[in-house]
Amino acid sequence: MMSVVGNTVQERPEEQPCSSEEAALWAVLSEVMDPEVPALSVLDLGIVRAVRVAVPRVDGAGGSVEIDVTPTYTGCPATALINEIITAASVSTGFTDTRVNSVLSPAWTTDWISAEAREKLRVYGIAPPSGDAPSGKAALFGVSPVVACPQCGSKQTEQVSEFGATACKAMYRCTSCLEPFEYFKCI
Amino acid sequence: MAAVYQSEASPLYQYVLGLGDDALVLGQRWCEWLSKGPNLELDIASSNLALDLLGQAELLLGYAAEVEGKGRTADDLAYLRDAHDFRNHWLVEQPNDNWGVSIARMLMFSLYQYHRLEALTKSRDTFLSEFASKALKEVTYHRRFSAEWTIRLGQGTEESSRRVQKGFNDLWRFVPELFETIESEHALAEEGVAVASVDLRGSWEADLDQVLEQAGLVKPEGTGRLMGSRHNGHHSEHLGMLLCELQYLQRAYPSSAGANW
Repeated sequence: MMSVVGNTVQERPEEQPCSSEEAALWAVLSEVMDPEVPALSVLDLGIVRAVRVAVPRVDGAGGSVEIDVTPTYTGCPATALINEIITAASVSTGFTDTRVNSVLSPAWTTDWISAEAREKLRVYGIAPPSGDAPSGKAALFGVSPVVACPQCGSKQTEQVSEFGATACKAMYRCTSCLEPFEYFKCI
Repeated sequence: MAAVYQSEASPLYQYVLGLGDDALVLGQRWCEWLSKGPNLELDIASSNLALDLLGQAELLLGYAAEVEGKGRTADDLAYLRDAHDFRNHWLVEQPNDNWGVSIARMLMFSLYQYHRLEALTKSRDTFLSEFASKALKEVTYHRRFSAEWTIRLGQGTEESSRRVQKGFNDLWRFVPELFETIESEHALAEEGVAVASVDLRGSWEADLDQVLEQAGLVKPEGTGRLMGSRHNGHHSEHLGMLLCELQYLQRAYPSSAGANW
Protein backbone atom coordinates (compact mmCIF):
# COMPACT_ATOMS: atom_id res chain seq x y z
CA MET A 1 0.00 0.00 0.00
CA MET A 2 1.21 3.43 -0.83
CA SER A 3 0.11 6.42 1.09
CA VAL A 4 0.08 9.78 -0.57
CA VAL A 5 2.13 12.38 1.22
CA GLY A 6 0.99 15.77 0.06
CA ASN A 7 4.22 17.48 0.91
CA THR A 8 6.36 15.70 -1.69
CA VAL A 9 4.06 16.90 -4.44
CA GLN A 10 4.35 20.37 -3.03
CA GLU A 11 8.13 20.21 -2.91
CA ARG A 12 8.96 19.03 -6.41
CA PRO A 13 6.24 20.10 -8.86
CA GLU A 14 8.34 18.97 -11.85
CA GLU A 15 7.96 15.38 -10.69
CA GLN A 16 4.19 15.45 -11.00
CA PRO A 17 2.58 13.73 -13.97
CA CYS A 18 2.42 16.06 -16.94
CA SER A 19 2.00 16.07 -20.70
CA SER A 20 4.97 15.42 -22.98
CA GLU A 21 5.00 19.09 -23.97
CA GLU A 22 5.19 20.10 -20.31
CA ALA A 23 7.88 17.52 -19.65
CA ALA A 24 9.89 19.01 -22.50
CA LEU A 25 9.64 22.43 -20.94
CA TRP A 26 10.58 21.17 -17.46
CA ALA A 27 13.70 19.69 -19.08
CA VAL A 28 14.56 23.05 -20.65
CA LEU A 29 14.03 24.85 -17.35
CA SER A 30 16.39 22.45 -15.59
CA GLU A 31 19.16 24.11 -17.63
CA VAL A 32 18.18 27.68 -16.75
CA MET A 33 20.63 28.75 -14.08
CA ASP A 34 20.04 31.25 -11.29
CA PRO A 35 21.96 34.42 -12.22
CA GLU A 36 23.18 35.04 -8.66
CA VAL A 37 23.93 31.42 -7.74
CA PRO A 38 24.91 29.92 -11.10
CA ALA A 39 25.55 26.52 -9.51
CA LEU A 40 21.79 26.02 -9.23
CA SER A 41 19.07 25.88 -11.85
CA VAL A 42 15.73 27.54 -11.25
CA LEU A 43 14.33 24.04 -10.64
CA ASP A 44 17.05 23.22 -8.10
CA LEU A 45 16.00 26.34 -6.22
CA GLY A 46 12.37 25.25 -6.31
CA ILE A 47 11.07 28.60 -7.53
CA VAL A 48 9.20 27.24 -10.58
CA ARG A 49 5.88 26.12 -9.12
CA ALA A 50 3.86 25.10 -12.17
CA VAL A 51 3.96 24.79 -15.94
CA ARG A 52 0.70 24.76 -17.89
CA VAL A 53 0.76 24.27 -21.63
CA ALA A 54 -2.42 25.68 -23.19
CA VAL A 55 -1.48 25.14 -26.83
CA PRO A 56 1.10 22.46 -27.71
CA ARG A 57 3.81 23.25 -30.23
CA VAL A 58 3.42 22.19 -33.84
CA ASP A 59 6.73 21.31 -35.46
CA GLY A 60 8.48 22.80 -32.46
CA ALA A 61 6.85 26.22 -32.69
CA GLY A 62 3.73 28.21 -31.90
CA GLY A 63 3.15 26.83 -28.40
CA SER A 64 1.43 28.71 -25.60
CA VAL A 65 2.32 28.25 -21.94
CA GLU A 66 1.93 29.76 -18.50
CA ILE A 67 4.71 29.33 -15.94
CA ASP A 68 4.24 30.08 -12.23
CA VAL A 69 7.33 31.41 -10.49
CA THR A 70 7.61 32.39 -6.84
CA PRO A 71 10.18 34.92 -5.58
CA THR A 72 12.70 33.83 -2.96
CA TYR A 73 12.49 37.23 -1.23
CA THR A 74 9.97 39.98 -2.05
CA GLY A 75 12.78 42.43 -2.78
CA CYS A 76 15.12 40.05 -4.60
CA PRO A 77 16.53 42.19 -7.44
CA ALA A 78 17.18 39.06 -9.50
CA THR A 79 13.45 38.29 -9.78
CA ALA A 80 12.89 40.37 -12.92
CA LEU A 81 15.96 38.90 -14.59
CA ILE A 82 14.98 35.35 -13.63
CA ASN A 83 11.53 35.85 -15.14
CA GLU A 84 13.16 37.19 -18.30
CA ILE A 85 15.57 34.30 -18.76
CA ILE A 86 12.82 31.76 -18.05
CA THR A 87 10.68 33.47 -20.70
CA ALA A 88 13.59 33.55 -23.15
CA ALA A 89 14.33 29.85 -22.65
CA SER A 90 10.68 28.93 -23.10
CA VAL A 91 10.22 31.10 -26.20
CA SER A 92 13.36 29.74 -27.84
CA THR A 93 12.03 26.20 -27.27
CA GLY A 94 9.01 27.07 -29.37
CA PHE A 95 6.52 28.36 -26.82
CA THR A 96 6.17 31.64 -28.65
CA ASP A 97 3.42 32.75 -26.31
CA THR A 98 4.95 32.42 -22.83
CA ARG A 99 3.52 34.07 -19.78
CA VAL A 100 5.35 34.06 -16.44
CA ASN A 101 3.12 34.60 -13.41
CA SER A 102 4.56 35.69 -10.10
CA VAL A 103 2.87 33.73 -7.31
CA LEU A 104 3.23 34.51 -3.60
CA SER A 105 1.55 31.51 -2.06
CA PRO A 106 2.68 29.14 -0.76
CA ALA A 107 5.65 31.26 0.23
CA TRP A 108 9.00 29.96 -0.96
CA THR A 109 11.01 28.04 1.56
CA THR A 110 14.56 26.70 1.49
CA ASP A 111 12.97 23.27 2.15
CA TRP A 112 12.25 23.22 -1.60
CA ILE A 113 15.96 23.08 -2.41
CA SER A 114 16.56 19.42 -3.22
CA ALA A 115 19.24 17.23 -1.65
CA GLU A 116 21.28 17.14 -4.89
CA ALA A 117 21.01 20.91 -5.13
CA ARG A 118 22.32 21.28 -1.58
CA GLU A 119 25.37 19.24 -2.53
CA LYS A 120 25.86 21.41 -5.65
CA LEU A 121 25.75 24.48 -3.43
CA ARG A 122 28.36 23.06 -1.07
CA VAL A 123 30.70 22.15 -3.93
CA TYR A 124 30.23 25.66 -5.29
CA GLY A 125 31.43 27.01 -1.92
CA ILE A 126 28.14 28.07 -0.34
CA ALA A 127 27.06 26.25 2.81
CA PRO A 128 23.56 24.86 2.16
CA PRO A 129 20.65 25.72 4.48
CA SER A 130 20.58 23.54 7.57
CA GLY A 131 17.86 22.98 10.14
CA ASP A 132 14.57 24.77 10.24
CA ALA A 133 13.68 28.35 9.57
CA PRO A 134 13.74 30.46 12.72
CA SER A 135 10.29 31.06 14.08
CA GLY A 136 8.40 32.08 17.17
CA LYS A 137 10.08 33.24 20.33
CA ALA A 138 13.36 31.45 19.67
CA ALA A 139 13.95 33.62 16.63
CA LEU A 140 13.97 36.81 18.68
CA PHE A 141 17.49 36.15 19.82
CA GLY A 142 20.35 34.82 17.80
CA VAL A 143 20.40 31.08 18.03
CA SER A 144 22.55 30.63 14.95
CA PRO A 145 22.50 27.16 13.43
CA VAL A 146 25.67 25.06 13.35
CA VAL A 147 26.96 25.46 9.82
CA ALA A 148 29.68 23.22 8.42
CA CYS A 149 32.43 24.90 6.41
CA PRO A 150 31.88 24.08 2.71
CA GLN A 151 35.67 23.99 2.19
CA CYS A 152 36.99 21.76 5.00
CA GLY A 153 33.80 20.44 6.59
CA SER A 154 34.70 21.74 10.06
CA LYS A 155 31.82 22.74 12.30
CA GLN A 156 34.01 25.28 14.06
CA THR A 157 32.46 28.23 12.28
CA GLU A 158 31.06 31.57 13.31
CA GLN A 159 28.60 34.03 11.85
CA VAL A 160 30.12 37.29 10.64
CA SER A 161 26.89 38.87 9.46
CA GLU A 162 23.23 37.91 9.27
CA PHE A 163 23.11 39.38 5.76
CA GLY A 164 25.39 38.63 2.83
CA ALA A 165 25.87 39.77 -0.75
CA THR A 166 22.33 38.66 -1.58
CA ALA A 167 19.22 38.59 0.60
CA CYS A 168 19.26 34.80 0.73
CA LYS A 169 22.73 34.43 2.26
CA ALA A 170 24.53 35.16 5.54
CA MET A 171 28.29 35.56 5.96
CA TYR A 172 30.29 33.07 7.99
CA ARG A 173 33.91 32.28 8.69
CA CYS A 174 35.57 28.96 9.45
CA THR A 175 37.79 29.07 12.51
CA SER A 176 39.56 25.85 11.45
CA CYS A 177 40.70 26.63 7.92
CA LEU A 178 40.11 30.39 8.34
CA GLU A 179 38.19 30.66 5.05
CA PRO A 180 35.26 33.05 4.90
CA PHE A 181 32.17 31.59 3.25
CA GLU A 182 28.52 32.24 2.52
CA TYR A 183 25.64 30.37 4.10
CA PHE A 184 22.28 29.98 2.36
CA LYS A 185 19.82 31.03 5.08
CA CYS A 186 16.78 28.99 6.03
CA ILE A 187 13.48 30.69 5.42
CA MET B 1 -13.88 64.30 16.55
CA ALA B 2 -15.68 62.15 13.99
CA ALA B 3 -14.81 64.54 11.20
CA VAL B 4 -11.11 64.18 11.79
CA TYR B 5 -10.54 60.90 10.05
CA GLN B 6 -13.03 61.15 7.24
CA SER B 7 -11.78 60.06 3.90
CA GLU B 8 -13.44 59.38 0.58
CA ALA B 9 -11.11 56.49 -0.16
CA SER B 10 -12.10 52.95 0.76
CA PRO B 11 -10.96 51.75 4.21
CA LEU B 12 -9.07 48.82 2.66
CA TYR B 13 -7.16 51.17 0.34
CA GLN B 14 -6.24 53.41 3.28
CA TYR B 15 -5.15 50.45 5.35
CA VAL B 16 -3.00 48.82 2.67
CA LEU B 17 -1.53 52.20 1.76
CA GLY B 18 -0.47 52.61 5.40
CA LEU B 19 1.28 49.23 5.34
CA GLY B 20 2.98 50.03 2.03
CA ASP B 21 4.10 53.51 3.03
CA ASP B 22 5.64 52.20 6.26
CA ALA B 23 7.73 49.77 4.22
CA LEU B 24 8.64 52.30 1.53
CA VAL B 25 9.73 55.05 3.90
CA LEU B 26 11.70 52.80 6.23
CA GLY B 27 13.27 51.12 3.18
CA GLN B 28 14.44 54.55 2.01
CA ARG B 29 15.92 55.27 5.45
CA TRP B 30 17.95 52.05 5.20
CA CYS B 31 19.08 53.04 1.70
CA GLU B 32 20.58 56.14 3.28
CA TRP B 33 23.01 53.96 5.22
CA LEU B 34 24.60 52.70 1.99
CA SER B 35 28.29 53.53 1.85
CA LYS B 36 28.02 54.95 5.38
CA GLY B 37 27.61 51.75 7.41
CA PRO B 38 29.82 51.26 10.47
CA ASN B 39 31.63 48.49 8.59
CA LEU B 40 31.37 46.62 5.30
CA GLU B 41 29.16 43.82 6.67
CA LEU B 42 26.68 46.29 8.08
CA ASP B 43 26.70 48.31 4.90
CA ILE B 44 25.61 45.16 3.09
CA ALA B 45 23.12 44.31 5.82
CA SER B 46 21.58 47.78 5.42
CA SER B 47 21.02 47.25 1.71
CA ASN B 48 19.45 43.86 2.42
CA LEU B 49 17.06 45.37 4.94
CA ALA B 50 16.25 48.13 2.44
CA LEU B 51 15.63 45.61 -0.34
CA ASP B 52 13.28 43.51 1.75
CA LEU B 53 11.29 46.58 2.70
CA LEU B 54 11.22 47.92 -0.86
CA GLY B 55 10.06 44.53 -2.13
CA GLN B 56 7.26 44.58 0.44
CA ALA B 57 6.39 48.17 -0.48
CA GLU B 58 6.14 47.29 -4.17
CA LEU B 59 3.68 44.47 -3.52
CA LEU B 60 1.61 46.46 -1.04
CA LEU B 61 1.41 49.63 -3.12
CA GLY B 62 0.60 47.52 -6.17
CA TYR B 63 -2.29 46.00 -4.27
CA ALA B 64 -3.39 49.39 -2.91
CA ALA B 65 -3.51 50.69 -6.49
CA GLU B 66 -5.56 47.69 -7.53
CA VAL B 67 -8.00 48.21 -4.65
CA GLU B 68 -8.28 51.88 -5.55
CA GLY B 69 -9.18 50.92 -9.12
CA LYS B 70 -8.16 54.19 -10.77
CA GLY B 71 -5.52 52.69 -12.99
CA ARG B 72 -2.58 53.84 -10.87
CA THR B 73 0.48 51.63 -10.35
CA ALA B 74 2.84 50.99 -7.42
CA ASP B 75 5.31 53.41 -9.03
CA ASP B 76 2.63 56.11 -9.33
CA LEU B 77 1.88 55.79 -5.63
CA ALA B 78 5.55 55.79 -4.63
CA TYR B 79 6.74 58.62 -6.87
CA LEU B 80 3.79 60.84 -7.61
CA ARG B 81 2.32 61.58 -4.21
CA ASP B 82 3.21 64.44 -1.90
CA ALA B 83 3.95 64.10 1.79
CA HIS B 84 0.36 64.86 2.80
CA ASP B 85 -0.84 61.82 0.86
CA PHE B 86 1.49 59.45 2.69
CA ARG B 87 0.03 57.28 5.46
CA ASN B 88 3.18 55.92 7.14
CA HIS B 89 3.81 56.18 10.87
CA TRP B 90 5.97 59.04 12.11
CA LEU B 91 8.44 56.60 13.64
CA VAL B 92 9.71 55.34 10.28
CA GLU B 93 10.26 58.79 8.76
CA GLN B 94 12.53 60.02 11.57
CA PRO B 95 16.14 60.58 10.49
CA ASN B 96 18.69 57.79 10.92
CA ASP B 97 20.88 59.94 13.17
CA ASN B 98 23.52 57.42 14.30
CA TRP B 99 23.69 53.62 14.21
CA GLY B 100 22.36 53.32 17.76
CA VAL B 101 19.28 55.37 16.96
CA SER B 102 18.69 53.50 13.69
CA ILE B 103 18.89 50.17 15.50
CA ALA B 104 16.55 51.30 18.27
CA ARG B 105 14.01 52.39 15.64
CA MET B 106 14.42 49.16 13.67
CA LEU B 107 13.85 47.05 16.77
CA MET B 108 10.71 48.95 17.73
CA PHE B 109 9.35 48.79 14.21
CA SER B 110 10.37 45.20 13.41
CA LEU B 111 8.70 43.90 16.59
CA TYR B 112 5.59 45.82 15.59
CA GLN B 113 5.70 44.65 11.98
CA TYR B 114 6.29 41.08 13.07
CA HIS B 115 3.17 40.91 15.22
CA ARG B 116 1.12 42.82 12.66
CA LEU B 117 2.12 40.41 9.86
CA GLU B 118 1.65 37.37 12.05
CA ALA B 119 -1.95 38.44 12.65
CA LEU B 120 -2.45 39.28 8.97
CA THR B 121 -1.49 35.75 7.89
CA LYS B 122 -5.02 34.89 9.04
CA SER B 123 -6.64 37.73 7.11
CA ARG B 124 -9.71 36.90 5.07
CA ASP B 125 -8.25 39.05 2.33
CA THR B 126 -6.34 36.59 0.14
CA PHE B 127 -3.64 39.03 -0.91
CA LEU B 128 -2.99 40.23 2.65
CA SER B 129 -2.73 36.71 4.06
CA GLU B 130 -0.43 35.51 1.26
CA PHE B 131 1.69 38.65 1.48
CA ALA B 132 1.95 38.40 5.26
CA SER B 133 3.11 34.77 5.15
CA LYS B 134 5.84 35.77 2.72
CA ALA B 135 6.99 38.98 4.43
CA LEU B 136 6.87 37.44 7.90
CA LYS B 137 9.88 35.29 6.98
CA GLU B 138 11.88 38.38 6.08
CA VAL B 139 10.79 40.37 9.10
CA THR B 140 11.75 37.47 11.37
CA TYR B 141 15.33 38.18 10.32
CA HIS B 142 14.94 41.95 10.76
CA ARG B 143 13.66 41.42 14.28
CA ARG B 144 16.54 39.13 15.14
CA PHE B 145 19.12 41.43 13.56
CA SER B 146 17.91 44.49 15.44
CA ALA B 147 17.50 42.58 18.72
CA GLU B 148 21.07 41.29 18.48
CA TRP B 149 22.42 44.74 17.71
CA THR B 150 20.45 46.33 20.52
CA ILE B 151 22.04 43.85 22.91
CA ARG B 152 25.51 44.31 21.42
CA LEU B 153 25.32 48.09 21.68
CA GLY B 154 23.69 48.01 25.11
CA GLN B 155 26.33 45.65 26.45
CA GLY B 156 29.15 47.31 24.50
CA THR B 157 30.96 50.45 25.53
CA GLU B 158 29.62 53.29 27.61
CA GLU B 159 29.29 55.30 24.40
CA SER B 160 27.46 52.61 22.39
CA SER B 161 25.06 52.04 25.27
CA ARG B 162 24.45 55.78 25.61
CA ARG B 163 23.66 56.12 21.91
CA VAL B 164 21.22 53.24 21.63
CA GLN B 165 19.52 54.30 24.86
CA LYS B 166 19.17 57.80 23.44
CA GLY B 167 17.53 56.23 20.39
CA PHE B 168 14.83 54.63 22.52
CA ASN B 169 14.40 57.78 24.61
CA ASP B 170 14.09 60.13 21.64
CA LEU B 171 11.80 57.90 19.60
CA TRP B 172 9.55 56.83 22.45
CA ARG B 173 7.09 59.64 21.73
CA PHE B 174 6.28 57.99 18.40
CA VAL B 175 5.26 54.69 19.99
CA PRO B 176 1.62 55.47 20.89
CA GLU B 177 0.87 56.19 17.23
CA LEU B 178 1.83 52.63 16.30
CA PHE B 179 -1.10 51.34 18.33
CA GLU B 180 -3.61 54.04 17.55
CA THR B 181 -6.57 52.36 15.90
CA ILE B 182 -9.06 54.41 13.93
CA GLU B 183 -12.65 53.41 13.42
CA SER B 184 -12.22 52.09 9.89
CA GLU B 185 -9.37 49.85 11.05
CA HIS B 186 -11.57 48.46 13.82
CA ALA B 187 -14.24 47.80 11.21
CA LEU B 188 -11.79 45.99 8.92
CA ALA B 189 -10.56 43.98 11.90
CA GLU B 190 -14.11 42.94 12.74
CA GLU B 191 -14.53 41.70 9.19
CA GLY B 192 -11.38 39.61 9.67
CA VAL B 193 -9.46 41.58 7.05
CA ALA B 194 -7.11 43.71 9.14
CA VAL B 195 -5.72 43.58 12.65
CA ALA B 196 -6.58 46.30 15.16
CA SER B 197 -3.19 47.82 16.01
CA VAL B 198 -4.25 48.36 19.62
CA ASP B 199 -4.32 44.59 20.08
CA LEU B 200 -0.63 44.29 19.21
CA ARG B 201 0.68 46.33 22.10
CA GLY B 202 0.82 43.51 24.68
CA SER B 203 3.03 41.19 22.67
CA TRP B 204 5.09 44.13 21.41
CA GLU B 205 5.84 45.29 24.96
CA ALA B 206 6.69 41.75 26.08
CA ASP B 207 9.24 41.29 23.29
CA LEU B 208 10.73 44.73 23.80
CA ASP B 209 11.07 44.21 27.56
CA GLN B 210 12.91 40.97 26.96
CA VAL B 211 15.44 42.54 24.59
CA LEU B 212 15.97 45.67 26.69
CA GLU B 213 16.57 43.56 29.76
CA GLN B 214 19.25 41.51 28.02
CA ALA B 215 20.77 44.68 26.64
CA GLY B 216 20.86 46.33 30.05
CA LEU B 217 18.84 49.26 28.73
CA VAL B 218 15.99 51.14 30.34
CA LYS B 219 12.52 51.30 28.84
CA PRO B 220 11.58 54.97 28.54
CA GLU B 221 8.53 56.23 30.36
CA GLY B 222 5.71 58.50 29.44
CA THR B 223 3.57 58.83 26.39
CA GLY B 224 3.73 61.32 23.60
CA ARG B 225 1.08 63.00 21.61
CA LEU B 226 1.79 63.95 18.03
CA MET B 227 0.86 67.31 16.53
CA GLY B 228 -1.30 65.66 13.91
CA SER B 229 -2.36 62.37 12.43
CA ARG B 230 -0.98 60.40 9.53
CA HIS B 231 -4.58 59.63 8.60
CA ASN B 232 -5.04 63.30 7.79
CA GLY B 233 -1.72 63.56 5.99
CA HIS B 234 0.12 65.21 8.87
CA HIS B 235 3.78 64.31 9.21
CA SER B 236 6.96 65.57 10.82
CA GLU B 237 9.12 67.87 8.68
CA HIS B 238 11.44 64.96 7.88
CA LEU B 239 9.13 63.19 5.44
CA GLY B 240 9.28 65.98 2.88
CA MET B 241 13.08 65.89 2.84
CA LEU B 242 13.07 62.12 2.47
CA LEU B 243 10.67 62.31 -0.47
CA CYS B 244 12.84 64.97 -2.15
CA GLU B 245 15.50 62.30 -2.56
CA LEU B 246 13.20 59.34 -3.12
CA GLN B 247 11.22 61.11 -5.84
CA TYR B 248 13.97 63.24 -7.36
CA LEU B 249 14.42 61.35 -10.61
CA GLN B 250 10.73 61.03 -11.34
CA ARG B 251 10.17 64.72 -10.68
CA ALA B 252 13.18 65.90 -12.68
CA TYR B 253 12.33 63.65 -15.62
CA PRO B 254 8.59 62.91 -15.59
CA SER B 255 7.44 59.82 -17.49
CA SER B 256 6.34 61.87 -20.47
CA ALA B 257 9.94 63.03 -20.83
CA GLY B 258 11.28 59.52 -20.71
CA ALA B 259 11.96 58.40 -17.11
CA ASN B 260 10.77 54.82 -17.26
CA TRP B 261 12.31 52.07 -15.23
